[in-house]
Amino acid sequence: MTAESAVVASPRYDDEIVKKFLLATFIWGVVGMLVGVILALQLAWWPANLGLPWTTFGRLRPLHTNAVIFAFTANGLFTGIYYSMQRLLKTRMFNDTLSNIHFWGWQSIIVAAAITLPLGMSQTHEYAELIWPIDLAIAVVWVLFAVNFFGTIAVRKVKHLYVAIWFYMSMVITITVLHVVNNLAMPATLTRSYPVFSGMTDALVQWWYGHNAVGFLLTTPMLGMMYYFLPKAADRPVYSYRLSIIHFWALVFLYIWAGPHHLLYSGLPDWAQTLGMIFSIVLLAPSWGGMLNGLLTLRGAWDRLRSDAVLKFFVVAITFYGMSTFEGPMMSIRAVNALSHYTDWTIGHVHSGALGWVGMSLFAVGYYLVPRLWKRPLHNEGWATAHFWLATIGIVLYVVAMWVSGITQGLMWRAIDDAGQLQYPNFVDTVIKLVPFYWIRLGGGLMYLTGILLMMLNIGLTIAGSSPNQAINPSPAPAK
Amino acid sequence: MSHPDNHSPQSPPPDSWHRRTLEHKSALFAVATTLAISVGGLVEIVPLFTVSAGPQAMAEVTPYTPLEQAGRDIYAREGCVQCHSQMVRPFRAETLRYGEWSRAGEYSFDRPFLLGSRRIGPDLHRLGGKYPDVWHYEHMKDPRSTSPGSIMPSYPWLLEDKIDAADVQASMTALSVFGHYTQAEIDAAPQAIAKQGEEIVGRLRQSKVENIEADHEIVALIAYLQRLGTDGKKALKNQVAQSEGAETTGSAQ
Repeated sequence: MTAESAVVASPRYDDEIVKKFLLATFIWGVVGMLVGVILALQLAWWPANLGLPWTTFGRLRPLHTNAVIFAFTANGLFTGIYYSMQRLLKTRMFNDTLSNIHFWGWQSIIVAAAITLPLGMSQTHEYAELIWPIDLAIAVVWVLFAVNFFGTIAVRKVKHLYVAIWFYMSMVITITVLHVVNNLAMPATLTRSYPVFSGMTDALVQWWYGHNAVGFLLTTPMLGMMYYFLPKAADRPVYSYRLSIIHFWALVFLYIWAGPHHLLYSGLPDWAQTLGMIFSIVLLAPSWGGMLNGLLTLRGAWDRLRSDAVLKFFVVAITFYGMSTFEGPMMSIRAVNALSHYTDWTIGHVHSGALGWVGMSLFAVGYYLVPRLWKRPLHNEGWATAHFWLATIGIVLYVVAMWVSGITQGLMWRAIDDAGQLQYPNFVDTVIKLVPFYWIRLGGGLMYLTGILLMMLNIGLTIAGSSPNQAINPSPAPAK
Repeated sequence: MSHPDNHSPQSPPPDSWHRRTLEHKSALFAVATTLAISVGGLVEIVPLFTVSAGPQAMAEVTPYTPLEQAGRDIYAREGCVQCHSQMVRPFRAETLRYGEWSRAGEYSFDRPFLLGSRRIGPDLHRLGGKYPDVWHYEHMKDPRSTSPGSIMPSYPWLLEDKIDAADVQASMTALSVFGHYTQAEIDAAPQAIAKQGEEIVGRLRQSKVENIEADHEIVALIAYLQRLGTDGKKALKNQVAQSEGAETTGSAQ
């Protein structure tokens, strides 16, 4: 018995599944970002479409968005959830087989997506492009994950649910509802189907889905991870328990209403557009509640930012969360949306969320977990700091280029001359003007991609490294 | 040293209502969360299924022909929606550039909707009838031949690949569930496709394009693009005519 427990370091927790999800996160992250860089090049220099059906912008863009959302981000969430919920509930995952079906099922879905999207098999709903057989597979794997998730909660050894778990739970429930409703469709062939809703109703259902995929995949579970990993990394308790209660309930209630801000000035009834706008603006409050609870958790630990790469990534991530959750409500105001909609401003906004908040958070979690999971120090701390600067400068270049290009194009579209005619009647004139900014965006994206490649190398060399370091004190047996 | 594994958020009130009622009872927490996330969607989406709050139907808006539906499937396959919107907003600058702003009733048979979210290229909702067929042929073959400076990819394979009438019938069968087509229309689809395709091929021939046949993908795509927004324009014209008619009657009395 003694020998056995010496061999099995921590039988209580299943960390093998966490390792798998972590590696999948960053491998798919590289793929998703590489496709993003290719798309950026295609917009700056059209011959990069290569003249092949499978490599044109229209087919590759869904591959980029799906890879970043469902491969990079979702695997990152599963990494953080499997690691933290076992520790927060002081129990192993409910069922290891379910954990593994979840892992391999999810990776198979991603591979299927990577094959079908370049082939042009698409439902066209943004971020719900995958064809119906893959949608069914997603539903099955997601439900198995939900069983494992709630099963683990049921067998927990801690009576109360920590705030991180609330946020995870809101994801598990909401994504189920959104995915099922938005993908209700009538199959025509194995690879093609038509949605049950048509026209503006289809549009509203899709943006109810689309906006809340951002809300409940890219936001709430990321906040849950912030609530676990930030206090751990900073070794400080969360700033305010009351604030976490208020902003959690406000966020999950309000988020759902904001979808119609994607359809301002459309044929959607005015009352629905107005509801979408008002709730988007109100959403600023709980969003900043989360930001403040994160940043104030660092009080008294700010000096450690100088040396600790994990905290550096977290602080920039939370700052970008605050920035983009301010920008989003502003863009939902009709008068602002009239200018920003259909332009690169939206693309910039999405990327300050995706690269800034989601990406930087996942890098923080990655650098936090690798030494603890593989029980050895990070191969090179300096590289982690270099990654941080590459990513941060890359985002700034990206976002600023998109602001300038978005506002430029928006103003050119609406410019009217003294005779009351369009100043730029030829649409392509408003496109040519943007090409320099597309090159700058490509530069920013390349920096961000270089950063994650450096991280992969760092992780690989850490895993390959031979000397387990006892000083790290990985995953200590939780004390009662 | 506090142990974050072990620590709760700072100073949780020991008798916190939230902790006792929700955090200790996971099932109740899940139910409360489900309720919280349901309200907004129900309030906003359900009314659209009622006649008064839903999109106002337009009699002139009818389903796509089999060839146009095949073209629409190609539009979806190539991801045209990634760069082109189909929603003209009610602004002067937009109606000057594109034409009439888009009404909800125009999209009744749009499954899926293709409003788009980004204009890397121009809006296409009023594209129908704007250019001759041969313009679309040249534009898809090499966008820079018609629009110098365009960053759009070329689509040479649309000039070589062919549509399959049986495949179009499969789409129509699925869409017939929603009332887009009758069984008779589905049965007659091959003839309808050939007829409309030959009309387009004839117009292309007049413009010295000789290498295209009625079942080439480009023909289906042209059919779809030439249909875009035309039903709506017809409906709006009829509305104007009716209101003018009403005014004339009124003044005659």
